[in-house]
Amino acid sequence: MFDGRAPLYVQIADQIRADVLSGALEAEEQVMSTTQYATTFRINPATAAKAFTELVDEDVLYKRRGIGMFVAPGARERLLTRARAAFFAEVVDPVVAQAKVLGIPVEDVVDHLRNGGPR
Amino acid sequence: MSGFGVQVRDLTVRYGSTTALDAVSFDIQPGAITGLLGRNGSGKTTALSVLAAFLRKTSGTVLVDGEEPWENPRVMSGTGLVRESGDVIAERRISETLRMVADRRPAYDPTLAEKLLDMFELDPTTRPYKLSRGKKSAFGVVVGIASRTPLTLLDEVHLGMDAPSRYAFYDVLLQDWLDHPRTIVLSSHLINEIERLLERVLVLDRGSVLVQSDADSLRASGMTVTGASADVEAFVADRDVVARQRLGSTAQATVVGARPDDERLARESGLELGPVPLQDLFVHLTDPATEAAR
Repeated sequence: MFDGRAPLYVQIADQIRADVLSGALEAEEQVMSTTQYATTFRINPATAAKAFTELVDEDVLYKRRGIGMFVAPGARERLLTRARAAFFAEVVDPVVAQAKVLGIPVEDVVDHLRNGGPR
Repeated sequence: MSGFGVQVRDLTVRYGSTTALDAVSFDIQPGAITGLLGRNGSGKTTALSVLAAFLRKTSGTVLVDGEEPWENPRVMSGTGLVRESGDVIAERRISETLRMVADRRPAYDPTLAEKLLDMFELDPTTRPYKLSRGKKSAFGVVVGIASRTPLTLLDEVHLGMDAPSRYAFYDVLLQDWLDHPRTIVLSSHLINEIERLLERVLVLDRGSVLVQSDADSLRASGMTVTGASADVEAFVADRDVVARQRLGSTAQATVVGARPDDERLARESGLELGPVPLQDLFVHLTDPATEAAR
């Protein structure tokens, strides 16, 4: 866990985003506090706090004063919209680029997907 | 009180003909946990000893909470340095040493000390000279944490402690820091174990400051680039390469200085980017061969 190339706070935020996307964390569900997060994973609390601040700024989480952090209503939909936009840039475009390198016409790729994709 | 800050400018310390610190300048952010890293003999202990007024500087400016620490009772009582020896009185009972600490450290918490003694299975009636290396170190940790000094300097305090005790130390350090924020400087060679605990990193190398940065950006600045040799070389052409490996037509370069569009560039050239653990980055940065090439 947390052994990626991105800064630690980005990896923490990504993990919470992934949990919201997958439905593991539902709207209005309470998430771990910065303190719990820091002590559970032995992470500097300031680093963990940075991840939570980012998620609050993105409306993925919101703060209830004195109670804790919760998943914002509509957070999953917002993340889905963003992930869908990124899907073409980060997943589809490299496939097309690779196909070009290998001399595979884009039509062949499309046909492959139309015929049921990976078998 | 969120902890003492430290400003050091052009600090030089000489022992006879040896220059331990050569005009170093650095800041320690108040209220943060800073990792002090460096190879043996890099000047870490000398620097910490000057901050704690255990040692007199040769020249330069040292400010702890805005004042020169040397013979300064206010700053000295707020600065706690525990060195690898544990810095405790070997022949006196643990309980006696703690009474002495209680007299000198205004924020000392006896309840916490008791809890920590329990946690490390230390009997207050024992005299430290009878303890194993690891237990002696654990007692140093108890003193270092329970003193709650606004500037807490822990210099290789984990030596000899087994892994479960070290993890217990990290956990209690984080928890107590959360409850009572203060400035903590942690010096350790076990970079893998402590890197995530750190907000800031200060790297000393042969008496000079090599890196001063926040821990997350330092770690993220390093990356490995793997792929076809020619592509790798093109990618790293104008970069700071600290290590290279080749296996047939495949090459891997370790680079310091990541850029925002690296992911896209790498994807376009069919290269793979990987993380560099802080420990490896440290090994590369302090390698004399690397420095000569930079």
